[in-house]
Amino acid sequence: MVRVLERERTIAAARAAAARVVDPEIPALSIADLGVLRDVRLGADGMIEIDITPTYSGCPAMRLIALEVEAAVEAAGLGRPRVNLVLAPAWTTDWITPAGREALRRSGIAPPVPGGGRRALFGADETVPCPHCGSATTEKLSEFGSTACKALWRCRACGEPFDYFKCH
Amino acid sequence: MTTIAVAESDLTLALLRLADTALVHGHRLSEWCGHAPMLEEELALANIALDLIGQARTLYAYAAEVEGAGRTEDDLAYLRDAPQYRNVLIAELPKGDFAFTILRAFLLAAQARPFWQEATGSRDATLAAIAAKAEKEAAYHLRHAGEWVIRLGDGTEESRRRMLDALDALWPYTGELFEVDASDHALIAAGVLPDPAALRPRWDAAVDRVFAEAGLARPADPWMQTGGRSGRHTEHLGHLLAVMQHLQRAYPGATW
Repeated sequence: MVRVLERERTIAAARAAAARVVDPEIPALSIADLGVLRDVRLGADGMIEIDITPTYSGCPAMRLIALEVEAAVEAAGLGRPRVNLVLAPAWTTDWITPAGREALRRSGIAPPVPGGGRRALFGADETVPCPHCGSATTEKLSEFGSTACKALWRCRACGEPFDYFKCH
Repeated sequence: MTTIAVAESDLTLALLRLADTALVHGHRLSEWCGHAPMLEEELALANIALDLIGQARTLYAYAAEVEGAGRTEDDLAYLRDAPQYRNVLIAELPKGDFAFTILRAFLLAAQARPFWQEATGSRDATLAAIAAKAEKEAAYHLRHAGEWVIRLGDGTEESRRRMLDALDALWPYTGELFEVDASDHALIAAGVLPDPAALRPRWDAAVDRVFAEAGLARPADPWMQTGGRSGRHTEHLGHLLAVMQHLQRAYPGATW
C-alpha cells in the first residue's frame, strides 16, 4: 500500500515537473496546456517514462522540449526520465486546454477556431476574433506566419496585426 | 566517401520514395530563403519546406526502424548518393522562377493531400499516424499553391507567360506521381498504401478546377518522364545532394 502511494506520488511529482516546461516559441503556453504532454508513468525498471507528441511534422521545438522535460524531471530530484516521442494519436489543436487558449489570447495570439483551416481549396476563411480588441472584423494577411503553427492576420477595427494559432 | 544502400523491402522502398520526395522538394523550397518575392512568401515557402522536411524525417526514422540495421534518419538523408534516392523526378528539378516553384508545389500537393488522407486508414499503424499529421499540412500547402496558380495564371501578361512556361516544363513529370510497380502493388493489396488509381480522379478534379480559374488549358498528356522512383535521376539531383550533404561528407559524423 505504501509502495503504491509512493509510486503515485512519484508520478504526480514527475507530471508536475514536466507540465511546467513551456513551448520555447510561445513561452506563455506550458506543454501540458498545449496538449503535447501525453502521459507520465513509471516504467518496469523504475525509470519515469514520459510521452510527448509533436505538433507539426517539422516543428523544430520538439527536440528542445524533450531536453527540457528531461532536465525538469531531473531537477525535481526524480532521476533522468525516458522521453518518448509518440505519433499516434496525432496531435490536434483541440487538445489545447481552456487555460492554454486564454494564455494564447493574453500573449496576443488568437487561439484556433474549431473547424477552421481544414479546407484544401476554395471556400471562405474562418472568422478569427482579434486577440487585442475582440473585433470579428479581421483579415488574413498570410497563411503562414512566424512559426509553423501560426498564420498572420490583421484587425480592421484596431489596426493591429496579430498571430493566429492555426487549427490543426 | 561512405555511401549506404538501404535493404529495400516493399515497405522500406515505399517509405524512401515518400521521404525522398518530401526531402528533395523541401530542399528546393528552402532555396527560396532570402530570395522570395515578398516577406509573406518568404515565410510561406520556408514553412512548407519545414513541414516537408519534418515529414521526411519521420518517414526516414520509420524506414530505418523497419530496416533494423541500426541506422538513423540522418544516415538515410546524408549518406545515400543519387542512385539510392527514390524521389519522383519533379521534386528535384531546379527551383526555377516563382511560377515554376508554385506550379510544382501545387501539382505535388494535389497528389499528397488525397494520398495522406487515404493513408490515415493504412493497416500500417505508424504510416497511418504520420499520415494523420501530413494530411493537415498538405491541405495548407494545396490551398497556398492553388491560390497562387490562379493569381499568376489569371494575372499579368508576364505572370501568365511564366505560368504557361512552367506548365510546359512540368507536365511531362506528372505521370510519375501515379506510377505503380510490383512493390507498390503488394503494399496496396495489403492495405498499407493507397491505390494511386483511386487518387487520380481527385488530383484531376483539383487540377481542372484550379486551371479553369487560372485560365490555363490542361496540356495533352505527352510522353511522361520516369525513373526517379527506381533511382534513375536527372543531373540535377547530384548537385542538390552535393549542397545538402556537404557538411556530413566533409566532416563525417559531425554533430552540433
